[in-house]
Parts: sequence; C-alpha cells; structure tokens
Amino acid sequence: MQKYSIFAVVREAMRGNKGWKAQWTSPEPRKEYDVIIIGGGGHGLGAAYYLAKEHGITNVAVLEKGWIGGGNTGRNTTIIRSNYLYEESMDIYEHALKLWEGLSQDLNYNVMYSPRGVMMLSHSVHDQQSFKRHVNANRLYGIDNEWMTPEQAKAYCPPLDISKSARYPINGAALQRRGGTARHDAVAWGYARGASDRGVHIIQNCEVTGIRRGPDGAVLGVETNRGFIGAKKIGVSAAGHTSVVMNMADVRVPLQSSPLQALVSEPLKPIFPCVVMSNTVHAYISQSDKGELVIGAGTDQYNSYSQTGGIQIITHTLDAICELFPMFRRVKMMRQWGGIVDNTPDRSAIQGVTPVKNLFVNCGWGTGGFKATPGSAHLFAHLIARGEPHRLAAGLTLDRFRTGRLIDEAAAAAVAH
Amino acid sequence: MLLIHCPYCGEDRSELEFRGAGDAHIARPTNMADISDAEFEAFFFLRQNPKGIIYERWRHIHGCGRFFNAVRDTVSDRFIKTYKAGEPKPDINAAPATDAKVETYEALEGDAR
Ligand SMILES: Cc1cc2nc3c(=O)[nH]c(=O)nc-3n(C[C@H](O)[C@H](O)[C@H](O)COP(=O)(O)OP(=O)(O)OC[C@H]3O[C@@H](n4cnc5c(N)ncnc54)[C@H](O)[C@@H]3O)c2cc1C
Ligand SMILES: [Zn+2]
Repeated sequence: MQKYSIFAVVREAMRGNKGWKAQWTSPEPRKEYDVIIIGGGGHGLGAAYYLAKEHGITNVAVLEKGWIGGGNTGRNTTIIRSNYLYEESMDIYEHALKLWEGLSQDLNYNVMYSPRGVMMLSHSVHDQQSFKRHVNANRLYGIDNEWMTPEQAKAYCPPLDISKSARYPINGAALQRRGGTARHDAVAWGYARGASDRGVHIIQNCEVTGIRRGPDGAVLGVETNRGFIGAKKIGVSAAGHTSVVMNMADVRVPLQSSPLQALVSEPLKPIFPCVVMSNTVHAYISQSDKGELVIGAGTDQYNSYSQTGGIQIITHTLDAICELFPMFRRVKMMRQWGGIVDNTPDRSAIQGVTPVKNLFVNCGWGTGGFKATPGSAHLFAHLIARGEPHRLAAGLTLDRFRTGRLIDEAAAAAVAH
Repeated sequence: MLLIHCPYCGEDRSELEFRGAGDAHIARPTNMADISDAEFEAFFFLRQNPKGIIYERWRHIHGCGRFFNAVRDTVSDRFIKTYKAGEPKPDINAAPATDAKVETYEALEGDAR
C-alpha cells in the first residue's frame, strides 16, 4: 500500500502527481471465499478490514451491487455521538466513538473526524427532563454529555437565538463535546483501501440475487449477476435492502425500509461551529468543511425503496431550520437526496447470528448508523470470525423480538438521528 | 408526495390528508394468551417489507377518517389499487418496476404524453 504522508504529497507535487496508485484493486471474483460480506457500505467494508487486520482472515470478498459507499454511507449527514440512553446502545456507540478518535491514523486515511460537539436543543420541560436523564445516564456510564443553560449554549454556538420571543424558545441544551462529524466517502474508501491492502477482494457492480444452502441448511455461497460464488460464511450488511437479501435465505427480519432525506445549501463562509439537533421541532444542521449547510430531514411514513422521499418532509424541516436560525432564510438549497433506511420496531440495531448456519446479519441501523460504523464493523468482524457476538454487541441479537428484551431507543429519541 | 385515492370519498387527494397505518391483512390472533413467543413475534414484529408489491393500510385522517387498504409498488411508489377495509386481498400480478424503469420520465410517464 502506498503510504500517505506530507512527504508523499510533496514528492507527487514535484513529479506532476503521476505516481498515485489506485487505492484498492478490482479483481475477478474467486470461486470461493472464507467469508463473503454482502454490502459495500462502511459497515461491510469495515468488517472486512477488521476480519483481515484483527482475525487474520483475508480470503474475504465484499460484494456491492453498485459502487462502494453509494448506499446510506454516502448519503448521510454524518452526525457522530454516543450519548444514547440504554447500556446496550452506549456500549456500541461509545466503542465506535473511541475508534473514530484514532481512525485516520489507523487507516492512514483522513476520515476528517471532527469532534466539534453535538448539541441537542431543549424547548420544553419535557425535553429538559428527558435530556437531563440522558446526561445523568451517560455520565454514570463514563460517557461525556453535559447540560447547558441557554446562555452557555449560545456561547458555544453563537448563531442560536435564545431570546424569549423566538418561535421555538430554547430553555437549555445537552452537549456532547466529543460528538461531531466525519467525511462519509472517506470512511468507505479508507476501509476499502486498508482491506484491499490485506488481500480482501472488493467487487463492485456485483448484486447478490440468491443465497445457496446445503442439505444441512448451512450456507454454501451466493448467486450473483456474475455467477455463483462459494462462501464458508456470509455476513449480510445491506442496510435498506436487508429484508430482500435475508429473504433469499428464508429468514424474516423485523425491518421496515423507508426513505430518509437530506439536503445541502450553497457553500457559505464558516458560520456554524458545531452540530445542532432539535428533536422537538425536527431539524438538525451542521456545516461541512466545503461550507455547505448539511440538513437532515425525516423519514416518509410508508415503506419504499424509491430513494426519493416526499417534498413535504423536507419543507417541514426547512420550516424548522428557518424558525430556529432566521439568518438562513435566504440561503439557497443546492441538492437533495434520499437513502433507504432499515428501521427496527425498537429503533435499535440488530447484529448477531441467524437461524441459518454460518449466516450473520448486521442491520437495523436505520436513521443513525453512520456514527456506529467503526464500532459495528469491528464487532461484526468478531461475530463472523468467532461465531458468537462480542460482549459489547451481545444485546443486539435478532431474537430479542421473540424474548422481549427490546432496547427501546425509539421512545428515548423519537427522531431521526 | 403521494396522490392517494380514497375508496370511500371516491377522490384522489394529497398524501397530507392521510396517515399510513402499516401492513394490511394481518389478523390479530383470537387466542393471544395461548400463542407462543415465536407466533407473537411473527404477528407483532415481522413484516414482509417487500421490494415490489405491498399491501398496506391507510387512514384518510383529514378526510372521511376511515381506514382502507391499498396495493402499491414500493419501487416506483405507484398505487395499483385502493379498496375498502374488509374487502378480500386482491390478486395482483403486476411486476414491480425495476430500478431502471423509475429513473426516467419516459419509462414511467411515456403514455401520458
Ligand atoms: C439522509 C440520511 C441521513 C442520515 N444521517 C445520519 C447521521 O447524521 N448520523 C448517523 O449516524 N447516521 C445517519 N444516517 C444513517 C446511516 O447512513 C446508516 O445507518 C449507515 O450509513 C449504514 O451503513 P451501512 O454500511 O450499513 O449501509 P450502506 O452504506 O447503505 O451499505 C449497504 C450496501 O449494501 C448494498 N447492497 C444492498 N443489497 C445488495 C445486494 N443484493 N447485493 C450486493 N450489495 C447490496 C447497497 O448497495 C449498499 O451500498 C443517515 C441516513 C440517511 C439516508
Ligand atoms: Zn376518505
């Protein structure tokens, strides 16, 4: 692998940038792999990377029906935080946050993790009680999260309007300082590069259309548009398409897929220093390093694979943004898009074994799984390599909908995040 | 935004008047206390989540207020049929739109010109 450094940049500048090599190879698929990962998003690519790096399993392929990172990884608003309410969630999101902190160094790839702080606005007594409960639960568990008065919030984020006459008055905020953003594409590319360097095959434009199983029910491999490819183990990490893929192995998962939208504005000079979320009025916003305001909207109310979403959903969010930040009223929105998110009934992810031997699943990250990428990928690799979940992901099992051990972040957050 | 035909009002109205109410034709077990955990999971949590034809319930909440059922293609979001609650599940053989089909105006709306 070509190491990236200031010296490499200078060297290439001197010779007309002619020496840069492709970041990952695109080999022909082998007849069989020890592990096939279905889905080349951050979670799938990361799992392949950690399988190779930490478990010495390098005969691995990641199959992606489109281009890597073209799913939700490349469509999300990149908010990173770990201040969830339940221990199962705190475990995995905090594990991820710790990995984010060293990810650029680990991958030798700048994922632009920026701990600029994630602030959640409180607008009501209910918000205040619920956020303080989160703050206390997080701090008892060793996770940073602090309660701020409106004045403290404004000092941290000057664009806030904390006047009493505001349309949605702010009576405080919760701030996780280590929260922030990262560059979505770089996460996919950095993992792909690191995995490819360790021998993993990254195969794009390869759609899985069937899962072949032996007489004992165990997986034998996958049918694809490029023919049959054998596999001793299969990890499914297909986000919005998980139901479709799992159906190929006759496994039903409690997921509903629907569009979630985001939009970005024309580039502005640096004006917005952190990430601000308002669950109550349904808006979240940050500013990218390119200068665009990055705004996340909500999900549509119906199941869909259309990757579009309704106009009323984004206007609703923009209404809220304009009320919270009147100075953005004249800013032009440049692009809008949708991704298909896979939501579980309790709005917590599923990672675990399935009723099918050697078939593992990682899904249900829904509207909030970008932040989990390194942690989820790391623990998914452990699950596939060992055949049983890591302690930090032990609560995310598929069978919790049978046993009743739900992780009810739905009630705790009640918003896309 | 979807345009939805309410079979009670007999009109096409904007999605804003409607509330989606999940999958249709799910029968609540009458012996709820007796069924196994697996059966309860199947009834309560597991859904088909199809890429293609879905049977779902809608409520015309800002109109007549009534629940009805619909058949829709989840790739194109196009409604194939709506029908009154209690009517049998229609047998629809429409092939789901492929991804390629929904990308272009011509493929989807060509007939309308
Ligand atoms: C608009 C929007 C905003 C969001 N904002 C945030 C946020 O601020 N913070 C946050 O933490 N999360 C956010 N999320 C959620 C986050 O994007 C996802 O949870 C996360 O990126 C999922 O990563 P993944 O690798 O599992 O999925 P993906 O990146 O979607 O990867 C799955 C891949 O599987 C491939 N695939 C599917 N079926 C097949 C098949 N049959 N064969 C081969 N390949 C297949 C797909 O093409 C896709 O590339 C947002 C999502 C959206 C849509
Ligand atoms: Zn009506």
